[in-house]
Amino acid sequence: MRELTTDVLVVGGGPAGLSAAAEAAGAGAEVIIAESDLHLGGQLVKQSHKFFGSKDEFAGTRGFEIAKILMNEIAQNGDRVKTMLGTTINGYYGDEGVVTAMVGEEEYLRVIPQKIVVASGAQERLLPFPNNDIPGVYGAGAVQTLMNVYGVVPGKRVLMVGAGNIGLIVSYQLLQAGVEVAAILEAMPRIGGYWVHAAKVRRMGVPILLRHSIKRALGGEIVTGAEVNELDEKFDPIGAAERIECDAICLAVGLAPTNELLWQAGCAMKYVPFLCGHVPLRDKYMRTSNENVWMAGDVSGIEEASAAMIEGRIAGLSAAKALGLKVPDEKFDGYRERLRDLRAGEVGEKIRAGVEAVVVGGWEERT
Amino acid sequence: MKTSASFESGVLTEERPGAVKPPETLWKEHKGGLVVVECPQRIPCNPCNTSCPTGAIKKFEDINDVPSIDYEKCTGCALCVSKCPGLACFVIDITLGGGLALIKMPYEMLPVPRKGDTVKCLGRTGEMVCEGHVENVAEPLGDRTKVVHVTIPVEAVNDVRAIRVV
Repeated sequence: MRELTTDVLVVGGGPAGLSAAAEAAGAGAEVIIAESDLHLGGQLVKQSHKFFGSKDEFAGTRGFEIAKILMNEIAQNGDRVKTMLGTTINGYYGDEGVVTAMVGEEEYLRVIPQKIVVASGAQERLLPFPNNDIPGVYGAGAVQTLMNVYGVVPGKRVLMVGAGNIGLIVSYQLLQAGVEVAAILEAMPRIGGYWVHAAKVRRMGVPILLRHSIKRALGGEIVTGAEVNELDEKFDPIGAAERIECDAICLAVGLAPTNELLWQAGCAMKYVPFLCGHVPLRDKYMRTSNENVWMAGDVSGIEEASAAMIEGRIAGLSAAKALGLKVPDEKFDGYRERLRDLRAGEVGEKIRAGVEAVVVGGWEERT
Repeated sequence: MKTSASFESGVLTEERPGAVKPPETLWKEHKGGLVVVECPQRIPCNPCNTSCPTGAIKKFEDINDVPSIDYEKCTGCALCVSKCPGLACFVIDITLGGGLALIKMPYEMLPVPRKGDTVKCLGRTGEMVCEGHVENVAEPLGDRTKVVHVTIPVEAVNDVRAIRVV
């Protein structure tokens, strides 16, 4: 069996992983990025909207352009960063310091990294309702992949379920692709995403139905419509269901951290609703209870890509420092300040509370 | 079906911090127009300020602040219109006379209108407000966000916030 060694293995080539790789390699470490998809960039490559944040997080730049910027930064480090595409890290064997990887469907190999940064991202949550398994019911990530990676529209008229940022942004992207958005349903009494994202789709004539949810998908072989219900304060349906004509239903009802590798690595985990699932305890360097394993991005708690990129920088830099490489300590302070700023508003309130529940003091002394 | 047009569903229903109209006297005199920002929620975002060449959109104490504007400094250049990721900046010139006003709006849809076209002008819930005449289509930052200049009846300046090309 082929065996690779590296200073740092970065699991996941999305915004967090690319940032971690750039930072670790910039400090002099040899890095392998293992990416399960066939290209780097993670969700960034599907983001055609301009990002929020400050200049440091490329505010005003479209997501797919940010992916290119990060890849260029990595390319500055020449051979120090190796990328393995179509590669899934599927096992952690701590006693031997080995992780196993599946490359495509052919090769199974061993990687022996000194340090690991897990930036494996998130998985979409789905919603249970009758007929949710018929063709035409999509997760929002799939709709974005179809449209923005492969140039295929998912239907002619879509019902969006969920008015968080993903539901709002994907609705806008559907409009840009010439697809009609029948309505956006939101179970809560207010939109969950940024108000300006909602205003963008509202002024294009898309209704947002607050306190509404989907009752069932209609159709035999494919989606031909949906029944939706208004909800009361206890989220129980009120009155008769109404029919909405559509040929696709897009679910944007939240994400959960892709945390299997962290469980395997024995990292101390905690269920934190504000971070959308089980996430590892961490020190302020994004290091887990396993002193060889760091985390960054959605796997550490669901948040925006802007925050994921900064977390990746902190994790990559800290992993490099733990290797004994020279790292200017004030860089950490700068990154932490940017994270603090991003999370300071009311939309960051839940993240702040969530992070507070998992940051552990006293682990920093580990080398 | 009860379609809400509430603030909670993304519709501006009244002036709020981050979404105020320019002072009436200055607005009526200022040729080239003034910026109208509709960004009433504290979110971590500041490109309107960092892209403003005159400092009219004031520096943020905290990146989560809503935009605050010194209208005396605004030239109506519309750089913020094309830079704002939330498409929440507009420039409106009400000095044209003849019952007309010029509104500069961000536009990221297809088809792209052409100078001289008549377009449908939409309100904050997509309702048709009036027709408008396209005076210019610019792309100030070369990043595919167009800024469309449309003349509309001056009484519609507080309602029109989008166009549909038909």
